[in-house]
Amino acid sequence: MLLLAGGAVQAQFRVEVSGIGMTQVPIAVAPFRGDDAAPQKIAAIVQADLERSGQFRSIDTAGPTLDETSRPDFSAWRQRTADALATGSVTRLADGRFDVRFRLWDTARGQDLGGQSYAVVAGDLRQAAHRIADFIYEKLTGDKGAFSTRIAYVTKAGQRYSLWVADADGESAQSALSSPEPIISPAWSPNGAQLAYVSFESRKPVIYAHDVASGKRRLLANFRGSNSAPAWAPDGRTLVVTLSRDGGSQLYTMDANGGEPRRLTQSVGIDTEPAFAPDGRSLYFVSDRGGSPQIYRMPPGGGNAERVTFSGTYNISPSLSPDGRWLAYVSRIGGAFKLHVMELATGTATAITDTTSDESPSFSPNSRLIIYATQVQGREALMTSTLDGRIKARLAGQGGDIREPDWAPFQKP
Amino acid sequence: MNRYLLTLALTAVLAGCGTSVKLDDVAVEDRSGKPVAGQAGAAGATGAGATAAGAAGGSAVTNTAIAPVTIGAADAAAPPPAGPRIVLFDYDSFTIKTEYQPVIEAQARYLKADPRRRASVEGHTDERGGREYNLALGQKRAEAVRRALGLLGVADAQVEAVSFGKEKPAVQGSDEAALARNRRAEIAYR
Repeated sequence: MLLLAGGAVQAQFRVEVSGIGMTQVPIAVAPFRGDDAAPQKIAAIVQADLERSGQFRSIDTAGPTLDETSRPDFSAWRQRTADALATGSVTRLADGRFDVRFRLWDTARGQDLGGQSYAVVAGDLRQAAHRIADFIYEKLTGDKGAFSTRIAYVTKAGQRYSLWVADADGESAQSALSSPEPIISPAWSPNGAQLAYVSFESRKPVIYAHDVASGKRRLLANFRGSNSAPAWAPDGRTLVVTLSRDGGSQLYTMDANGGEPRRLTQSVGIDTEPAFAPDGRSLYFVSDRGGSPQIYRMPPGGGNAERVTFSGTYNISPSLSPDGRWLAYVSRIGGAFKLHVMELATGTATAITDTTSDESPSFSPNSRLIIYATQVQGREALMTSTLDGRIKARLAGQGGDIREPDWAPFQKP
Repeated sequence: MNRYLLTLALTAVLAGCGTSVKLDDVAVEDRSGKPVAGQAGAAGATGAGATAAGAAGGSAVTNTAIAPVTIGAADAAAPPPAGPRIVLFDYDSFTIKTEYQPVIEAQARYLKADPRRRASVEGHTDERGGREYNLALGQKRAEAVRRALGLLGVADAQVEAVSFGKEKPAVQGSDEAALARNRRAEIAYR
């Protein structure tokens, strides 16, 4: 039932390209031999992954069927302006699994760039396609691909709230939690095994930590008042949370196994939305101590806070790129809430969307894409964008409103 | 025996690659008579890729299973006392307007009449802005009402201030009338 969306939906998202002058690798991903008979169209998934990354431009592949054993006509592909060609096959095995194979060619140099094969059950065909896209991405850009990683998000359908774990393209979603009350602020633990989140199931916001594989969850913070905004430290041993147990909303650090929180901030106003720098050496957060909500940073154990955003009167939801170079946040400009990206080395910030209700940015683990929530045609939707805002894609997913995305880290091999 | 040796050989190759391939997923039998990636090498390609394809044959690609958890509806709340229990706020404001002072006074009387009574002040915001920041703004509204009750003699232990941020609007809609009705604090009894 839950996998139905993943199985039935084929590349529903649309990739929008704006702006020119991008360096994109022209690649032809030929339909895999056997794609027609397989439950998933492998080549289409690979192609969509590559396009969504902003690093690739798709070349038409019309012509005779190719697979990983074919010796391509390099000059013909060069004429079609393809610098690279991926070919492959998907074959049903005697035990019902599928054998997926592919090969990547450098058509400009006439070189075999390697290939892989996977034997998978039908439900893992999309995951195999994402692995292929990762291989191609890494071979051709030198950066690690993040297509086979996972995201978490929340849907609201009628009066039902659900927390989902899905592939990075929003497909193959599996329900981790379903509740009649709101769920917000999911945050992956650094090892990708647990989600911390805020649930209102007991008529107030409390923080849970949830092992997604087993479904075991534990109350992490249920103190008097509101408990919210969980942020894992990079070592996974502690979290910083927002508690109102002493009056206003303030930041506290606590052990990941629970226990007594220690207060980190002492302001008279709001301190919330903590976000660790990937090296763990600073903690970003939102505070209205200066009269309007702005982003600050301080040592993770508390101490002097330094203001980071200066433009505008409403800057919230900080998120740091895993490579430590970028800060994504939401800024209110003339009544519109717009996703911004700041290069931390220079402090230069740019609005990267045309939408007006952007929320909850989160970086891909390779720091090349940002996933965020926004409103498209009156519905809540998830989008990905390159850091320069030029390539955006709306993610497919469950029906109803989709919100609160968090991109999981790379899984340790 | 031959198959066993092949498995051992594959083990060695995989161990050499340092990958996390699950060996029990290597279905040697399944591949007999199936297309072998190495043929491309025979067709004249450089060999490196063919080796990679062979070594990675049968790589385990599994979506880690997610165990679903379902929460049922909460028990119905006990019947609350009569009279209005909602305080509305201006945009970006946490000040209790004088028109709501009678609401606060009536609820304070009810709470003081029985020290065992417990109330939850639930702060809410309109839909504009981020969820977590709105949660903190709603908390400010709830705290304002809690303090006002305290000034009228309600014991601190009787009242908990919590926030729903923008998650539980009283009315749907984005017009100013709807936004105004959603910027509120509700006094709820358990």
